[in-house]
Amino acid sequence: MALVDARGLSCPQPVLLALGEMKKLGTGSLEILVDTDTSVENVTRAAESQGWNVKDVRPEGVGYRMIVEKA
Amino acid sequence: MAAVKNLFATRWGIIGVGVFIGVLATLLQKWGNPANMGICVACFDRDIAGALGLHRAEVVQYMRPEIIGFVLGSLIAAYAFREFRPRAGSAPIVRFVLGAFAMIGALVFLGCPWRALLRLAGGDGNAIFGIAGLAFGIWIGTLFLKSGYTLGRATPTYPAVGWLLTLTMLGFLTLMLVFPQVPNEPKSGVLFYSVKGPGSQHAPLVVSLLVGLAVGFLAQRSRFCTMGALRDLILFRQVHLFSGMLALLVTAFVMNLLLGQFHPGFEKQPVAHTMGLWNFLGMTVAGLAFLLGGGCPGRQLFLAGEGDGDAALFVLGMIVGAGFSHNFGMASSPSGIGPYGVAAVVTGLAVCLFIGFTMRQKAA
Repeated sequence: MALVDARGLSCPQPVLLALGEMKKLGTGSLEILVDTDTSVENVTRAAESQGWNVKDVRPEGVGYRMIVEKA
Repeated sequence: MAAVKNLFATRWGIIGVGVFIGVLATLLQKWGNPANMGICVACFDRDIAGALGLHRAEVVQYMRPEIIGFVLGSLIAAYAFREFRPRAGSAPIVRFVLGAFAMIGALVFLGCPWRALLRLAGGDGNAIFGIAGLAFGIWIGTLFLKSGYTLGRATPTYPAVGWLLTLTMLGFLTLMLVFPQVPNEPKSGVLFYSVKGPGSQHAPLVVSLLVGLAVGFLAQRSRFCTMGALRDLILFRQVHLFSGMLALLVTAFVMNLLLGQFHPGFEKQPVAHTMGLWNFLGMTVAGLAFLLGGGCPGRQLFLAGEGDGDAALFVLGMIVGAGFSHNFGMASSPSGIGPYGVAAVVTGLAVCLFIGFTMRQKAA
């Protein structure tokens, strides 16, 4: 699965990186690592605006591992 | 927990926080804060610099409890919702320099983005130039973001690192309690106080502190950010944060009408000048610096409260920048820009462009 590691990056870079990867993939699954709740919310909002669904958000380390999908 | 957590990050959550800030900012003006300056993070950081004697502009010296409350309120919210994340190390010196020049630009206009909205809501037409400049600066910044601008990653660190700005603010509060204002005296112990001018106008300490705590708490939850509002609108055509900013503006406008604080015009507006070009360019510098630093001045305080040591350095940069701004005659006054205001804008723009151009990574 494609992976974007956006941990430690300032706003809006996690969203920019995630959106860039989604655009590249078109459809499928994408894992995104973030380190703040703000980034989870921002990436969720951006993903949903592009028709991707947030399938899972799991705590990992000090942050989260998100999985987004688009059929 | 999750439902509560998401509440403030929803559309209605951010709008609610914008309304809340709009109501309290205008009330603070009624309770004693300067006109169209119920809350101004740039002005208040500048007043704190004055209280500490980092500059000696006698009319703007007061240890603003709102700022202390913002940081502390955010820290409390972050702990309450398990979001306190001590982190640091993303180009700290750049954050500091950006904070300093953000302040220098904001003081050419005479206000941060929050105050630009409050000025407009109070009828000050000059704010239109400032807001346009802010948007222009942010737009320039989005071009850097698109071409790979990044200050690199912050990494997790000791909780104490995340606490340092909050502890500094608590230290400031302690100083204020140990050396309280003495009527008509310019100094109390080590702290400077204004006997006239905007620095002498303030709501009672407890009121300012409580409002600061409440705003800090809610803004941490909602991620309220005026720079992010315009940035996301320009970059992603996304209106989430912008709806909060608009709510602040509309609410403050309605409140000003109700409180008799709305006075439309360009001339003789409180703590403002009429030089449109410099209002625009001052905020262009500030907007670009906010974007490159990842948040408006308010947001930097809230981030610092939740443990972001780099945001804390941006805040300290703002306070030091205010010192330079007044000591070097770069800050404006109601009569117009300072003797070195033009030089300040040119230098600020040059520094921000240097940072934007040289700190880009090729897309991964």
